[in-house]
Amino acid sequence: MTGHEVGVRLTVDGTERQLDLDPRVTVLDALRDELGVTSVKKGCDHGQCGACTVIADGRRIVSCLALAASYDGAVVTTAAGLGTADRLGPMQQAFAERDALQCGYCTPGQVCSAVAMLEEARAGMPSHVSPDVRDTDVDLTDAEVRERMSGNLCRCGAYVNIVAAIQDVARATEGGAA
Amino acid sequence: MTTTLEPEATTEAAEKPAIGSDRMRVDAPLKVTGTAPYAYEQPVEEPTYLFPLVSTITRGRITAIDDSAATALPGVRLVLTHANAPRIRVKTDGALTILQSPDVHHHGEFIGAVVADSPQVAREAAGLVRIEYDEEPAELGFGIEHPGSFEPRRVNAFKHGSYERGDVDTGLDEGIRVEADYTTPMEFHSPIEPHAVTAIWHDVSALNPRATRLTLFDANQGPGLLGTLLGPVLGLLPGQLEVISPYVGGSFGTKGWPQPHLVLVAMAAKLLPGRAVKYAMTRQQMFRSTGHRPPSAQRIRLSADAEGRLIALDHQSWAPTARTKVFVEQTVSATRMMYDVPHLRTIHHAVSQDAAPGMFMRAPGEFTGMFALETALDELAVATGIDPVELRVRNEPEWDPETGKPFSTRNLLACLREGAARFGWADRTPPGEQRDGEWQVGIGVASATYPNQHFVPNRAGIRFTEGRWSVELQASDIGTGAWTILPQIAADTLGVPVDRVDAEIGRTGLPWAIMAGGSVGTYDWGDAVIAAATKFRRKHGDSPKEGAFETAAGRLPRGARGYSRHSFGAHFAQVRVSTVTGEVRVDRMLGVFAAGRIINPRTARSQLIGGMTMGLSAALHEEGYLDERFGHVVNGDLAGYHVAAHADVVGLEAITVEEHDPWFGRTGAKGIGELGIVGAPAAIGNAIFNATGVRLRDLPFTPDRLLTAWG
Repeated sequence: MTGHEVGVRLTVDGTERQLDLDPRVTVLDALRDELGVTSVKKGCDHGQCGACTVIADGRRIVSCLALAASYDGAVVTTAAGLGTADRLGPMQQAFAERDALQCGYCTPGQVCSAVAMLEEARAGMPSHVSPDVRDTDVDLTDAEVRERMSGNLCRCGAYVNIVAAIQDVARATEGGAA
Repeated sequence: MTTTLEPEATTEAAEKPAIGSDRMRVDAPLKVTGTAPYAYEQPVEEPTYLFPLVSTITRGRITAIDDSAATALPGVRLVLTHANAPRIRVKTDGALTILQSPDVHHHGEFIGAVVADSPQVAREAAGLVRIEYDEEPAELGFGIEHPGSFEPRRVNAFKHGSYERGDVDTGLDEGIRVEADYTTPMEFHSPIEPHAVTAIWHDVSALNPRATRLTLFDANQGPGLLGTLLGPVLGLLPGQLEVISPYVGGSFGTKGWPQPHLVLVAMAAKLLPGRAVKYAMTRQQMFRSTGHRPPSAQRIRLSADAEGRLIALDHQSWAPTARTKVFVEQTVSATRMMYDVPHLRTIHHAVSQDAAPGMFMRAPGEFTGMFALETALDELAVATGIDPVELRVRNEPEWDPETGKPFSTRNLLACLREGAARFGWADRTPPGEQRDGEWQVGIGVASATYPNQHFVPNRAGIRFTEGRWSVELQASDIGTGAWTILPQIAADTLGVPVDRVDAEIGRTGLPWAIMAGGSVGTYDWGDAVIAAATKFRRKHGDSPKEGAFETAAGRLPRGARGYSRHSFGAHFAQVRVSTVTGEVRVDRMLGVFAAGRIINPRTARSQLIGGMTMGLSAALHEEGYLDERFGHVVNGDLAGYHVAAHADVVGLEAITVEEHDPWFGRTGAKGIGELGIVGAPAAIGNAIFNATGVRLRDLPFTPDRLLTAWG
């Protein structure tokens, strides 16, 4: 298109994909426009809403602020990689049961963020509301979950149900993987 | 852990009614995996991408356009401006009449577009188009007693602009008097899915009037109404415009009426026949041209006797409206029916300005006016020394004081009493007495109401194929739960288990239905569904033949117009206010609602807590700044325009009281989508007064307001 394409290799939800991209293309646009992976959503394109959250190499990122060229070789998991509609992952199942969604557009980002957030808490990462940032044994209170999830906006107002869903999973999988 | 998207069909008869049963959202499995296809995500062949050109001045005229650098860019297919735009012959909507002249009416107005083979190239090329203007002075701004204001005869939802009863001026001279001014800011709907559309203008013979000319994969609140309103503007006959919108990523009003970007994209598609043109609006563009809740300035003067019974009430509002399209919220409308006040004056004033048109946003009018009214009631409670719950009880009308009609159902007092008991209202202390370290703590109450908005008859169909029944109508599920509850409504009438009933909604070509707006979906669509199911069962029995299909129209119950029909509710809020920073935190909030029969308690609760959450967001954060010098929204993205995040929403709960209202329709349901936001900011503001003794009359309750009040 511009004559300045860069080669990018991404493993998306378990499938390896090879792309030649305009260097301005973000991970988000590469997934949605180039690969047709629309389980990741665009809400603001500026890292303000969290709808585009994916898990890249084990960490949650806002994919709209990540240039694809910088993620060459990355392993990317979207909500579609955490389960399928007839075989939901535990976090997805909890979201469905708690009605932790309405319009559903922020939901894949919330789910990815929640799964990665539980891993962060297990790894001992503190948050702004942690009483002692040196304490690596995180007590995942509702206040901790709310703080750690505050990068994912939900305009329909499903927050109280999202927190309940995350806590269901946190309690059920203590010591295990979400 | 697994779940099944379409549960195995069961043959047992429905043992308990589907209506009222707790049912998981049927589209949840698609949505939690991100596989529900929204407008931008519908697969199309070889798409092109549109990026708009928007005006950088507020008022004036385009004098020159230089697109040479843009068209020289490889991959650019089209530069669309007023010079080559298709003509609009049916000018029913000033906001949609774009690219018809070089005139500029507001900052950020669509004045053209670039279409290219990739979104990156389209955006780059749009930035290369040079536009020159002759700028003219613009008029912006409004306020109480604005000299340029006018009194519209009708405001939104066809409500009367002005209404008066009794002798207000004499009544205001009696008893205890409260007088105050209140303001609400410009607010933006801000659904997380930006407006998005894919348009394909089909290369069909002009000799075939029945062929589909234009297909829109669009995010909207109802393909039926959208097509009805947009088709003529695009020069299309009914049936020539196909609209498909199965999943919509939130709306709150902004995707209700056709917005100008649809005309822009359709024009581009017409000039590129056969090619799909995709447009996903940027978040910044949403703050310029997809509508907003207009700001308001309101003045309330009221008087009451020593027992707190209202004698007279004067409630007037001023709000700006666009010169291209008049939109005025029905701000003082709820005041007419809410309380038993013999002498009443309510007037809407509007001020024309050179700004983008407003658009109905969740509970237009009720949200805005009830903030002022319910705050004023709290001020009256202070002035008379009467408990705020008791004050509302004393002003409960026996019948609608505006129309003289009985209420179909009015359980406001039940909501207030139930809420007071559950919330611990009896433990309330006088203002400024509760302290927790640096925090002052208080509780507050406010009433909620939302009217019946039935406008037109809806149709629905029932189809039987392969052992399953399907409910069909042009509804949209914008997150409300329509996919889930429409089969529940049909199942009981059909006499079959709900898991054998599907919904088919979200496209034209189905029986016509009004949009998901005005909180009418459940009762208006539901009534049509019951009508269709009744007819279907009468004609086809319990063992229908493959392909059996019937449609029927819903109707207002005979005699319904003899009743005043509204939903009601009560909000209770507990806040903490930092004496150091002025920060307000909402620690707990309870909404109790009387909204008729609840079809699905799970999705209904979500709608109500969603409304309350948006009300909390409006109370604490939301404020759009229109720069009156340059006409642009200064904080036009989600970093500048704050909406509530996870950390803001703590102990929030919604419950409903038992109710069945036969006068909204055969479902017994009333509207719940908007009720939850109405009154919520007033409850929080009243709680702030109880915590601090400071009365805040301007939304939002940001720290600077308290710090200023403290001096």
